Amino acid sequence: MSVITLAHGGGGVESLELIESLFFHHFGNALLQAEDAACFTLEGQSAFTTDAFTVNPLFFPGGDIGKLSIAGTVNDLAMMGAKPLYISASFIIEEGLSLENLTRIVQSMARELEVSGAKIVCGDTKIVPKGAADGLFITTSGIGKVMRKNLSARSLPVGDVLILSGPIGRHGASLLLARNALESSLTSDCHSLWSAVHALIEGNLSISALRDATRGGVSAVLNEWARASNVCIEIEKASIPQDDAVAGVCEIFGFDPMELANEGTFVIAVAPMHATFALEILKKFPFTKDAAVIGRITDKQPGKVILYTPQGSSRYIQWPQGELLPRIC
Amino acid sequence: MTPVNLNGFKDPSTLLALSQAISKEASKLSAALHIMEVCGGHTHTIMHAGLSQLLPPHITLVHGPGCPVCVMPKERIDQAIQLARMKDVLLVTLGDMIRVPGSLGTLGLARAQGANVVAIYSPKELLSIAQQHPEKMVVFFAIGFETTTPMTAALIDAVIKQNISNVRFHINHVLIPPAIDAIMQDPQARIHALLAPSHVSVIQGAQYYQAMPSKYGVPVVIAGFESVDVMESILHIVRQKVSHEAKLENTYARFVTHKGNTKAQALVAQYLHPVDTFRWRGLGLIAKSALGLKEAYAHLDAQKIYASHFDPTPQEDHKLCLCGSILKGMAKPPQCKLFGTLCTPTNPLGSCMVSSEGACHAYFHYQGVL
Repeated sequence: MSVITLAHGGGGVESLELIESLFFHHFGNALLQAEDAACFTLEGQSAFTTDAFTVNPLFFPGGDIGKLSIAGTVNDLAMMGAKPLYISASFIIEEGLSLENLTRIVQSMARELEVSGAKIVCGDTKIVPKGAADGLFITTSGIGKVMRKNLSARSLPVGDVLILSGPIGRHGASLLLARNALESSLTSDCHSLWSAVHALIEGNLSISALRDATRGGVSAVLNEWARASNVCIEIEKASIPQDDAVAGVCEIFGFDPMELANEGTFVIAVAPMHATFALEILKKFPFTKDAAVIGRITDKQPGKVILYTPQGSSRYIQWPQGELLPRIC
Repeated sequence: MTPVNLNGFKDPSTLLALSQAISKEASKLSAALHIMEVCGGHTHTIMHAGLSQLLPPHITLVHGPGCPVCVMPKERIDQAIQLARMKDVLLVTLGDMIRVPGSLGTLGLARAQGANVVAIYSPKELLSIAQQHPEKMVVFFAIGFETTTPMTAALIDAVIKQNISNVRFHINHVLIPPAIDAIMQDPQARIHALLAPSHVSVIQGAQYYQAMPSKYGVPVVIAGFESVDVMESILHIVRQKVSHEAKLENTYARFVTHKGNTKAQALVAQYLHPVDTFRWRGLGLIAKSALGLKEAYAHLDAQKIYASHFDPTPQEDHKLCLCGSILKGMAKPPQCKLFGTLCTPTNPLGSCMVSSEGACHAYFHYQGVL
């Protein structure tokens, strides 16, 4: 079996071979050249973001670190109303990673790029000794053209309704299943969201903010928003799209689906008159077909997120705290 | 894996019907009713489903001592940290324990500073860890009530039978009945009924609480962990109170038998026995309230082997901390001067603030929502 060795990072023929036969082969486009930087012209307002990806295991139900590294950066751009254009990718590879796995990951990145039309225009590879990294770390940065300006979590108006694009916690739960060798049909929600966001922008809706609910889950997004805009967010538990398998995983480990990570699920703050239209648009895309209105922005208790249960009680939704650890009992 | 469907046990209309039935029945009560849910799992359910709000104002739920990480005294957490800092030791424990502070910080912080700490979900994972690290002495920092003890016993059994030479045990398994006794024997305590644990009862059986109703003169009802289980059990308690009864009832009969899991009990009894005393965070010294390795297995006992490395001095909580009174239903968290000021979930000074199952932690996060 071919494996990546320190020689692949030495800058010699092995490096060249890896870059040409793997990265250039799969990511090839006119801007990706063997130069020190990619050169291009931007028009209008641009968005720029970066994200580092580490995940255990590298392959999980519904995705892998490659797909994640593209979808993650594409989604960060999309959440700012920007069409993803150019992406940089840098790889930190632990020696010993099989060439076969690296190839699968690179192919997966290439496939995910096609979903949004973004291109990898520059990159870097470093090989580190065994133990200095966990298999593979990927960092991607992305530049996008802002198609819808002024999306921000800092000025959410009281009265906006909140839409959640799909069932929550699937990415976090599928990693837990994979790490603990549990079998399920559950897959990660890992997906590039630009097409759905683009359709929302084309619909000319009064959207105030978009946010993908990655680490910390929906709980973290809602708390960030309540704090950033000093508003109260009130949520109906019964209206939150749920997945039975995620609920089952959470029962086993004692986690709250609201705190589990998502990689293709986002929250939308939209004017009430446009909520139905937004749902109609989202329902056209397979990855947002279960979108639902989950709550609204009020002035009841600024800075707080309140959850109403179907049995008529209520509680605060907290910022997730510390490491996500299973409860003992 | 097919997830178990628990939706029926969380059903909102059932909860509302139970809420109404409790209110109707409780209107016949002449005095306030303090029900202590002994187990942290119940506290979690009560907080998560907002069950206190579904009860009439004269029924109060008192959050009991059954949170395994909350009751761990700081000096024992310090021992875990001291072990983890040793070059040739790899300390293994269950997840929750990682973030609980002793006087030397948390195991999570120690890990970040280079100590050897591994958090596991199932104690069985320790066997492969021991195999992968033959150069280390793998110490299992065992915590929990009767629920998790059989897993530790099974691990001890495997280590002995498979002749694994690099595993030792730091046992901190605590027992529910002595803790309840310490609370109920306090003449100041204001507890009028007990909601008995779910998982502990699955292991120990309903017989475990047989003596309590007559000893303390209060209803004892074994409840499952789902919200409908808790509300149904509260209804049973109220009915007993109305008819001036004090008896043991089991509303968790789908898993709890009279005798419990006798195989698990036998396995525990084979390797572990009650130690003379254990200092509970919040409740102090309680005789025969915890388990330790039997003398025959002293060669596996990390507390004995590494005794010279530990400082046995009790590390007391802040002197203004009211956790002891809160656990006995004598005080509410906001009455504590430290609550929410010096003592917060990110900087807990007392046991009740340590984990989401503690009373102060729950109050800190949930009070004032209505």
